[in-house]
Amino acid sequence: MEPNYLEYKGKYKGIFAWIFSTDHKRIGLLYLYAVGAFFCVGALLGLLMKLELIAPDKTIMEAQVYNSVFTLHGITMIFLVVIPGLPAVFGNFLLPIMIGAKDVAFPKLNLLSWWVYVFGALLALSSQFMGSGPPDTGWTFYAPYSFQTQSNVLPAVMGAFVLGFSSILTGLNFIVTMHRMRAPGMGWFRMPLFPWTLYATAWIQLLATPIVGITLLMIVAERTLGIGFFDPAKGGDPILYQHLFWIYSHPAVYIMILPAMGAISEILPTFSKKPIFGYKALVFSSLAIALVGYFVWGHHMFTAGMSGTALYAFSFLTFLVAIPSAIKVFNWVSTLYKASIDMQTPFYWATSFIFVFMIGGFSGLVLGALATNVHVHDTAFVVAHFHFIVFGGVGYAFFGAIHYWFPKIWGRMYDVKWANFGWLTFFIGYLALYGPMFYLGLVGMPRRYFDYLPEYHGPNILSSLGAIVMIGGLAIIITNLIISSRRGETAKANPWGGSTLEWTVPSPPPLENFEEIPVVDKNPYEYK
Amino acid sequence: MSQDEHKHVVSYKTYTIILINLLILTAISVAVTEIELGPLTVFMAVFLASVKSALVLIYFMHLKFDNAMYKIMVGLVLVVFVIVMVITFLDYNFR
Ligand SMILES: [Cu+2]
Repeated sequence: MEPNYLEYKGKYKGIFAWIFSTDHKRIGLLYLYAVGAFFCVGALLGLLMKLELIAPDKTIMEAQVYNSVFTLHGITMIFLVVIPGLPAVFGNFLLPIMIGAKDVAFPKLNLLSWWVYVFGALLALSSQFMGSGPPDTGWTFYAPYSFQTQSNVLPAVMGAFVLGFSSILTGLNFIVTMHRMRAPGMGWFRMPLFPWTLYATAWIQLLATPIVGITLLMIVAERTLGIGFFDPAKGGDPILYQHLFWIYSHPAVYIMILPAMGAISEILPTFSKKPIFGYKALVFSSLAIALVGYFVWGHHMFTAGMSGTALYAFSFLTFLVAIPSAIKVFNWVSTLYKASIDMQTPFYWATSFIFVFMIGGFSGLVLGALATNVHVHDTAFVVAHFHFIVFGGVGYAFFGAIHYWFPKIWGRMYDVKWANFGWLTFFIGYLALYGPMFYLGLVGMPRRYFDYLPEYHGPNILSSLGAIVMIGGLAIIITNLIISSRRGETAKANPWGGSTLEWTVPSPPPLENFEEIPVVDKNPYEYK
Repeated sequence: MSQDEHKHVVSYKTYTIILINLLILTAISVAVTEIELGPLTVFMAVFLASVKSALVLIYFMHLKFDNAMYKIMVGLVLVVFVIVMVITFLDYNFR
């Protein structure tokens, strides 16, 4: 039999056998290590912010340092962690196996995407160490501040620009792979749901990313050449920046969340031992979210001074996205109904995902309604909302996915007790950290301030203690996974009784996944 | 993949004509800025750019000879783009 992909010896040795590998599985792991490292950096920056906010006045850092810390936290988490997150890590590793292919359509382009990602990441992070001090604009680089600030914005903006190319190339690769390389017999509606969400995501990556690329270049042109795109003094319009930025960055939320929903749609049927409820509804809701998601960006700008007509249109469209999202939740819950549920670590993550994602979704409706938006705009409420969606959504799905596919990736099993204990610690810390921020926002505590009025002290203490507990949970989870990947018990090919194609190959999979390309003659979720 | 998908060899003459058209359209889009069109300025620029990219897509990128699937996909992308433009101008034209 062929050696598995971890042991395969190719042209290169040592680390070069990885960083020059065109094997989609090794590239997936390269992304995992990079994303994982950046995630730890971003999480520690977040912890520093919460420690600053444990008491009013200066606690551990000056205001200017705080501004840089939240900017770096945002840039790292958004551009380096959650946007590549599930598609680049699990998409790369699993997409070809799940559709019965030997690799993606363009393996070399895939390797190039990883290199572009690393280069963009280094460029973005270099802004911390060179020039006139770390950027302090927030991850959104809003004009006019982004072209007026004396801090070192350019490398961060250029880094985000370069990272966009990585995202576009990955999206292109996945679209072609799914159109051209599905195994014989796998019609579109026999494709598992994780690939389906990657497909919807790939179209967003391909079509929306160039817009932010151009927008970031406009910031560069404004700063270096003084062209007045956004400067009102030169006839420009700062709101134009917000339009252009959010035309990408709202759909980017769906680049993050759609594959997360896909991973949940894989985990739930496996641990329910029951076909997923409403397969087609889940497929079409993914496509609907991707499509309608293009037209709702203005909900980030309700207080920016848009026309009333635009306000109504954006609010209405935003409410429309709630429909396909709710369809997904109902289908997941219906899958659990009367199922013979197998309580395992990935299942805990998947069900807690539904819980936190619902809170995130409902608080999104508060922000999508014009009247309430004015009250909570730019408060801690918004921060709580998007951490419930982005961290609660993508983070929980990511951890669910890694605990689900771990035995497949490393051919070993993790310590279940520690994994469950890590999940529980994380979950408690998470709710204590972000829950109070909803309240703080409603009573008027603004976001992005290193200081606050004394009456906000109580909930902030709870929130900061939650952050410490949550980081503790993370440490348990990550340590357990790292140790288990080296010393865990050997895992079977199909430890969970999954029915999609990745469970038919050995763990870890051989270099070319399948000795013979399988012929698919059934729907993806059929359990004996 | 069928053989005749690749039979199309476009003559240099066609390419040259398209190139000249693109250059003329570029000249027009520069020249037109001399005329004060008011709110139609952006519309004019986007319109001319659309015609140019359509020419590039159809001839230089061989969309004309591709199968219907790709034409539909490109068409849908254009629909998304048009909706995005329309929504953006719900702001600018009603301020
Ligand atoms: Cu949004």
